[in-house]
Amino acid sequence: MAKVLVFIDNPGAALKKSSLELLTIARSLGETVVAVNGPLTDDAAGALGANGATAIFRASSDDLDAYLVGPKASFLAEAVAASGATTVLLENSFDGKEIAARLGIKLGAGVITDVVGVEVDGTAHKSVLAGSYTTTAKATTAVSVLTVKPNSVTPEPAAAGATPEVLTVDVPESATAGAARITGRKDKPASGRPDLTEARIVVAGGRGVDGDFGPVEELADALGAAVGASRAATDAGWIGHDAQVGQTGKTVSPQLYISAGISGAIQQKAGMQTAKVIVAINKDAESPVFEIADFGIIGDLFEVLPQATEEIKKRRG
Amino acid sequence: MKIIVLVKHVPDAQLDRHLSGEDNTTDRADSILSELDEYALEAALQLIEARGGAKAGNQVIALSMGPAGAVNAIKKSLQIGATEGVHLRDDALAGSDAAATSLALAAAVRHLGADSPVDLVLTGMASTDGETSLVPAQLAERLGLPQVTFASELEVDGGRVIARRDSDTHYDTVEAPLPAVVSVTDQINEPRFPNFKGIIAAKRKTITTLSLAEIGVDPAQVGKAGSWTEVQTAAARPPRTAGTIITDEGDAGIKLVDFLAAQKLL
Repeated sequence: MAKVLVFIDNPGAALKKSSLELLTIARSLGETVVAVNGPLTDDAAGALGANGATAIFRASSDDLDAYLVGPKASFLAEAVAASGATTVLLENSFDGKEIAARLGIKLGAGVITDVVGVEVDGTAHKSVLAGSYTTTAKATTAVSVLTVKPNSVTPEPAAAGATPEVLTVDVPESATAGAARITGRKDKPASGRPDLTEARIVVAGGRGVDGDFGPVEELADALGAAVGASRAATDAGWIGHDAQVGQTGKTVSPQLYISAGISGAIQQKAGMQTAKVIVAINKDAESPVFEIADFGIIGDLFEVLPQATEEIKKRRG
Repeated sequence: MKIIVLVKHVPDAQLDRHLSGEDNTTDRADSILSELDEYALEAALQLIEARGGAKAGNQVIALSMGPAGAVNAIKKSLQIGATEGVHLRDDALAGSDAAATSLALAAAVRHLGADSPVDLVLTGMASTDGETSLVPAQLAERLGLPQVTFASELEVDGGRVIARRDSDTHYDTVEAPLPAVVSVTDQINEPRFPNFKGIIAAKRKTITTLSLAEIGVDPAQVGKAGSWTEVQTAAARPPRTAGTIITDEGDAGIKLVDFLAAQKLL
């Protein structure tokens, strides 16, 4: 049976949803093995086994986090060789894509990014040109490397768990020589809201919020949603760049996207038009966002959003 | 200082964009210099201006790989301030994926570094058409260079590049020895527009065209034949159609919640 290697960077104590999604896809393709960077707790090892991992590969060095992606790609190349995997799955984050990029060159393997589905024969589904086309693509090489977008599958428990064998692979000394080193790190304050790219619901504000994200954040919290923003709002400094949805920010595909005070220019549309349901609130009836909204309200977001927030709280008692 | 900036000629993202032909390649009519590459070019210009500019012998080479039209991305870069342009152009390059593109670009960078060493290769954070972000990392891997990607601040000092890189949970400071491949985000600077003087000056700047033979690449290593991935099918996504649009009459917030409840989204 084909072997599929899933890369999980610093799994922590409980596996993230995105990791569970990768493991679910891996099991649909073949025997699942995992490469872990960073500490591996007993709980995490147990969870990997419960999710069908038959082997866990760990790096011989524990300082890979001190470097940007290069050395992690070296570790994965060794793990692929040791496991005989023919498919490698990674997260579709900046780091995930770059580790995949370098791994692809090391292995002579085709890399496909932004994948939303994988068939047993390795055919990957993705959308391109900002969601205006859906394509299927396939690596023509012995090994394929795929980075998978969050929310592409619903995580499912494995039919049968496994007791994974834990193996250490040697990371060559040369892996870190001359690599870019991380010399300082400052944590950002945690918002307590779901991650924007993984959230089921996103409430986003644009130029129309005019500096006040309060009503957007309150509705987001009532819905358990992440907060997004248009480029106009992040450029104005009303909210951090992390919140930017669009061509130069994040691409999101939530179940529900509520757009408030955003005109819906192409740059913003590019980041959200694959959302399942789009709701738009804008004062300007001519805003292009109304062309793609399933439900549109021509009105003042400072009246509509607080009223909706109150109504949700009321219905939930 | 010798900096190569990778620039790409891409379909204008403000217009409808299409895939065409039996290999489903991107339709490049109505193309422009990729917006995200302007940030890399600006970063390069700021680095050389702090060192006496072109007069002091500093170079910013705009390198583009692509068909005939790609020269427009190079011309625009020269108008903005690049000191020279290089166009890697060969029919065999058509249909190259990221792996094949990085192979050809790596050979071009080596070729351009043959007379005097290249200090930095600067790129945007992604192309606005392919959007894979793979090429900078693959180029670094092929050249055996450190990569410093998604820089939102950048300085070069004492043979090292120091950058700030933002992730969702933290800000990192990243350092690497030169030469290095650096990609920059759209947060790093405000790109300048070409001015009249720049447009006139660009006419006197050199654009060198290179073929695969000149950079020592076998045509079988690039293009469709040299690619490690292939697009099998492509279908235009049906355009989203507008749904119900209402005008707020004082109860739109409640109607919004009714809609969410009907869609089982509450």
